[in-house]
Amino acid sequence: MSAALEVRGLKTHFFTRIGAVKAVDGVDLTIERGRVLGLVGESGSGKSVTGLSILGLIDHPGRIVEGSVRLDGQELVGLGRDAARRVRGRRIAMIFQDPMMTLNPVLRVGTQMSMALRAHEKVSNAEVRERSLKALSRVGLPAPEQCLSAYPHQLSGGMRQRVAIGIALLHSPSVIVADEPTTALDVSIQAQILQEMQRLGAETGVALVWITHDLAVVSSLAHDIAVMYAGRIVEYGPTAEVLALPRHPYTRGLLDSVPGEARPGEKLAQIPGSIPALVDLPPGCAFRARCSRATSVCETMPEIADIGGRLARCFHPLEAA
Amino acid sequence: MRRDASPFLRFWVEFAENRLALFALGVVVLVVGAAILAPLFTPQDPYDIGKLVLGDARRPPGHVGSGGYVHLLGTDAQGRDLWSAILYGLRISIQIGVTAGVVAFIVGGSLGTIAAFAGGRTEALIMRFIDLQLSFPAILLALVISAILGQGKWQLTIALVASQYAYFARTAHGAAVSERAKEYIEAALSTPLSSRVVVFRHILPNCMPPLIVVATVQIANAISLEATLSFLGLGLPVTHPSLGTLISNGFQYMLSGRYWISIYPGIALIVLILAVNLVGDQIRDQLNPRLQR
Amino acid sequence: MLGFLIQRLLQAAAVMVVISALVFVGVFAIGNPIDVLIAPDATQDIRLDTIRRYGFDQPLWKQYLNFVTSLVQGDFGRSFVFNMPVLQLILSRLPATLELTLVAVIGATIIGVPLGMYAGYRPYATASRAIMGLSVLGFSLPTFWIGILFIMGFAVELGWLPAGGRGDTVEVWGVQWSVLTLNGWSHLVLPALTLSLFRMALMIRMARAGMREAMLSDYVRFARAQGISDSKVIFGHVLKNISIPLVTVFGLELAATMAFAVVTETIFSWPGLGKLIIDSIQSLDRPVMVAYLMLVAFLFIMINFSVDIAYAALDPRVRSGRT
Repeated sequence: MSAALEVRGLKTHFFTRIGAVKAVDGVDLTIERGRVLGLVGESGSGKSVTGLSILGLIDHPGRIVEGSVRLDGQELVGLGRDAARRVRGRRIAMIFQDPMMTLNPVLRVGTQMSMALRAHEKVSNAEVRERSLKALSRVGLPAPEQCLSAYPHQLSGGMRQRVAIGIALLHSPSVIVADEPTTALDVSIQAQILQEMQRLGAETGVALVWITHDLAVVSSLAHDIAVMYAGRIVEYGPTAEVLALPRHPYTRGLLDSVPGEARPGEKLAQIPGSIPALVDLPPGCAFRARCSRATSVCETMPEIADIGGRLARCFHPLEAA
Repeated sequence: MRRDASPFLRFWVEFAENRLALFALGVVVLVVGAAILAPLFTPQDPYDIGKLVLGDARRPPGHVGSGGYVHLLGTDAQGRDLWSAILYGLRISIQIGVTAGVVAFIVGGSLGTIAAFAGGRTEALIMRFIDLQLSFPAILLALVISAILGQGKWQLTIALVASQYAYFARTAHGAAVSERAKEYIEAALSTPLSSRVVVFRHILPNCMPPLIVVATVQIANAISLEATLSFLGLGLPVTHPSLGTLISNGFQYMLSGRYWISIYPGIALIVLILAVNLVGDQIRDQLNPRLQR
Repeated sequence: MLGFLIQRLLQAAAVMVVISALVFVGVFAIGNPIDVLIAPDATQDIRLDTIRRYGFDQPLWKQYLNFVTSLVQGDFGRSFVFNMPVLQLILSRLPATLELTLVAVIGATIIGVPLGMYAGYRPYATASRAIMGLSVLGFSLPTFWIGILFIMGFAVELGWLPAGGRGDTVEVWGVQWSVLTLNGWSHLVLPALTLSLFRMALMIRMARAGMREAMLSDYVRFARAQGISDSKVIFGHVLKNISIPLVTVFGLELAATMAFAVVTETIFSWPGLGKLIIDSIQSLDRPVMVAYLMLVAFLFIMINFSVDIAYAALDPRVRSGRT
């Protein structure tokens, strides 16, 4: 049985005045039904662009220059506009970071859900109302009828995001891509939403790609984790294992710089340097300039290699134990 | 281009990439240069009434007049060489347009920023007044003030400034208010720096981009408004014709085929305004933060 | 909502009072109003008599008070030049200007908004660049110049359309309208087109800017992620969002265009308010000037008021009191 989502060799470049920005430069991902993949990286790592590329939402001046995205076996890259539109929202959905901005502020929730439903099916008003209410109660909203006739600014942040998730689930997609959906919310609401997503994943079997920079979120939710840096995946494996024993120096650096680990009075650990600009990446490993383990061989691009059940892109991976 | 080049340099390079805007800028420079150096290029001083010979009036382009030189663009109803009149007229238009724009910028900008800092009732009062004025069309205001004050360069400039400063005031106020609310100002004010220093070194520079955007629009507007007022007979006296006056004078001859008296000054006016607008457009696009995706 | 309305009404009334004072003082206090009314060689007796008759011997604030009292009774005084009640004079010219303005603004909106929206939807297409280029022309060219050009082109050279004046009128509800006759339209086309070009250019630019901003916004991205087709996104989502600023502009456009009609009416000899005011200014017919300014002010305030209400109706955020 094919995986819900298979991404191979995805490259998305933006052709700007100052040069080609290689936002995504060779990404491979596999997600099975009912599983959650955490896509982790800092700002500028290319994780959001990966999500948008999967959905086919990359616009001028960017485009997918190479690679394949297979949804339940069907190739999405290169699909015509109409065909792509029919897939979007129906078999694969996406939710974004700030629900205040992603829900149209001048339309009622019910209207927006109705538009989402009617985009793919001819449904009667009664059926629209029934399915919308069902979707809203499924995401744990306490008063679905009131939500339906409310405007987005009348709901709290957590409720708005639940509405967005409800919209995403309307057509029972195989995959949902979530781009930092809890970053803009309070920590307590974050926990609620995460729980909700876990439940939904288990109930409906939907595959989830959770894009975030927050390792804590990933550790509680995702089965597998893929770490991105400068447009490429540098480490990929089961979450618990990767977080307990990272093999790539960058992953190690990320974990170390989480403030919770430091003792009071201690200097906070930091990865020295900063992310290189994606428009003139140095040849070879992109992390080279900040890595304490780099040698001359790192001037050529390391391929992603399987090292004992883990995928890592490094010539000098950290020890296994 | 290096990423750490100064902002002016970056601005310039981006500007230069739009060939049309660059061309327009060239035109503006050319026109301004020609206007400033007008006495060097023109065979006649169109303001010297004594020199005008009525027998030369309404002659078509190419006619050799009593002064012994070729009237490149013909003559107008008073016998003025059109080429000279146009250049001098451009001079006036640019002079008045830019002066009015700059004064309105200063007056309006200061008023708006002061209002934003006075706060409370003063601010509300000033801004209500500004809003009031803004809802009144500039042309009517300029018309009435011009009519009341009478003809003349300074009167005209005052009328123009009075009808334009409000845009600057509102923009400055809006920008100052949004800056004021930003956290870095709170931080700056909590230091021993005096609030005046805070205003000048922090807030003003951030208010400049939208003000410059308004300025580019308003200078072109001022030129256009001045021409319109002169066309209507207000503004400048007939002895010192601006482009608008020339066009107005020539209007009555259009139907009888002597089109050049109106058309050539008109073309000069259009070229000037268009060029200024194109340059302004490009500046506006570059300063607009919302389009930086 | 009611509180909002009342607050706005009171503000409008206060503004009217301030404007009436300013206008009155500005027009009557500067220069000498007498000079228009009497011949320069009139005897001293006639002079004094005229002054007394018109109340010019009274202190300014008393003159203003008289002015306001008669204003409230609907008496705007008599025109110095035409020697008829100003109100009547203005009302007789109003329909012509109204007609011209309405046709111009509606035309500008119907043509400008779709063009602008297209330019915002496909900003890099050649058609879009052409549209934007033309819009620069539209607001750069001074209105009077466009009028002259049109007259030159269509009336003089081609002879298709008349060069001025108003066409045949038909009386509806006691008022003369020329939109209802074919001949009326032939006279209306050029001035309306001239008047509308500036507005059209503004509409195009506003619609384009609004469109571009909307297309790059998060909610549009989310809607497209749901698989909603672009046309539905535009008509269902975007239109409502950009109609809010457009409606406000439309209202202000109407008022501003009425003011701009001054120039167009002069060029095309269109017998409306604009021509009246120019003539009055040139002949220093002060009562007419004052009445015209008051009327325009009133119009502007009413329009601003209606726009405020429309805004509140369209944008649910304003209604609940937060923006």
